[in-house]
Amino acid sequence: MSDRDHPEHNAPETGPALRVKALEALLVEKGLVDPAALDAIVEQYEYRVGPRLGARVVARAWLDAEFRVRLLNDAVSAIGELGIPSGPEGEHLMVVENTPDAHNLIVCTLCSCYPWPVLGLPPAWYKSFAYRSRAVADPRGVLREFGVELAPDVEIRVWDSSAELRYMVLPMRPDGTENLNEEQLAALVTRDAMIGTGVVRYPAQTARRAAE
Amino acid sequence: MNGIHDMGGMHGFGSIPREANEPVFHADWERRMFAMTLTAMGRRVFNVDEFRRAIERIPPADYLRSSYYERWLRALTALLIEKGVAGADAVEAACAIAAQGAPADAPGTARAAVERKDDAAAAPRIATGAGDYRLRGDPNFPARFKVGERVRARNLNPEQHTRLPRYARGRHGLIRRDWGVFALPDTHAHGGGANPCHCYSVQFDGRELWGEDHPAGESVLLDLWEPYLEPGGGDDAGSRHSGQTARARPVRAATRVKKGKR
Repeated sequence: MSDRDHPEHNAPETGPALRVKALEALLVEKGLVDPAALDAIVEQYEYRVGPRLGARVVARAWLDAEFRVRLLNDAVSAIGELGIPSGPEGEHLMVVENTPDAHNLIVCTLCSCYPWPVLGLPPAWYKSFAYRSRAVADPRGVLREFGVELAPDVEIRVWDSSAELRYMVLPMRPDGTENLNEEQLAALVTRDAMIGTGVVRYPAQTARRAAE
Repeated sequence: MNGIHDMGGMHGFGSIPREANEPVFHADWERRMFAMTLTAMGRRVFNVDEFRRAIERIPPADYLRSSYYERWLRALTALLIEKGVAGADAVEAACAIAAQGAPADAPGTARAAVERKDDAAAAPRIATGAGDYRLRGDPNFPARFKVGERVRARNLNPEQHTRLPRYARGRHGLIRRDWGVFALPDTHAHGGGANPCHCYSVQFDGRELWGEDHPAGESVLLDLWEPYLEPGGGDDAGSRHSGQTARARPVRAATRVKKGKR
């Protein structure tokens, strides 16, 4: 019943590893890909883009009311102000805001759409059959599994990314953080809080950080 | 296509598998294949809708037993063959050569040691061809629906690619936002042209989607292209099917956010 992402850590070169090596050799020969350019793409998504970027956006929105308004109205321009460019899976970015009355949750039931420029590539659980099938029909059950228990009167809005819009949640700023600076605030913001499967806690109740 | 990929609302997949300290990629072949797929899309060998179509065409049993990137690999291979970049025989021949052992400097072995710094500004620019931003505001494509209008998702069951999930078909909802003009995946995925049309944020009440026993105060927002929708009709008397109950307040996206109070 479970997804099998990913059993083959550094497996010997059989199956997909072999086929990918063959494909790359073939595409290099055809002039379609350049190995160094592939390296640059991998480096980008493995090391440069990730949820720390989204956390910076959130912290700025908590501190700067004008920025928050710009972010909610035109996320692509607003993240650009912070030097975070748009890019694949983020050309049409939309930020949705959690409030005491409403909680937002992001999913892609059809595949794996996710806001790459601000959160990086999605974790395996986001792409799992369990999350894709359950998030739209049982969001409270999903949240409970992530340790989030919302009050019964909090409305839940599930955003199923069925087109080219990509969503990020602006979580609520926790109480008691009035004296923290932007960097300290950003350090509290987890990836899950920006997907909506988490909330930001202060003091952080666990050692889990967005980079996990 | 009523495929296995259309998973919203299915039962039986169990709890959500989470991995502590999960790496971005789990094997080197995933890195290379991911980058090749982005490159091929960036070079317009195929578009993102064709790529999704190729993944959805994987037979259901294979889809379920494959890992995420195994599905990508299968789709990438199928599209390279379909688009005439490489013949199926050439792919197999290349596999046979690779199986005999690759030279030490073979692609896929070199990897830059870079400190993780989350600095997207230094990124190479890559385009996947998903959604031309300039198209979005094109006034040549008038909108059929207005924000606040009741609509019904049509009961469409096309054999080809579509982005209208099964769980929303036939259900009533409310237009919350007009996102502007986008290429229609249903044709764009099949060489049938972009057929640009408006795409809307449509809010469906949880009880409209999942039945009267579903908890109140839940809704799902889907982004749906105009051909997926028809006028929802009805008035307040039809609110049982309106996609909005007293509990589901309008989302903020429907109006511009005002400055001031949180």
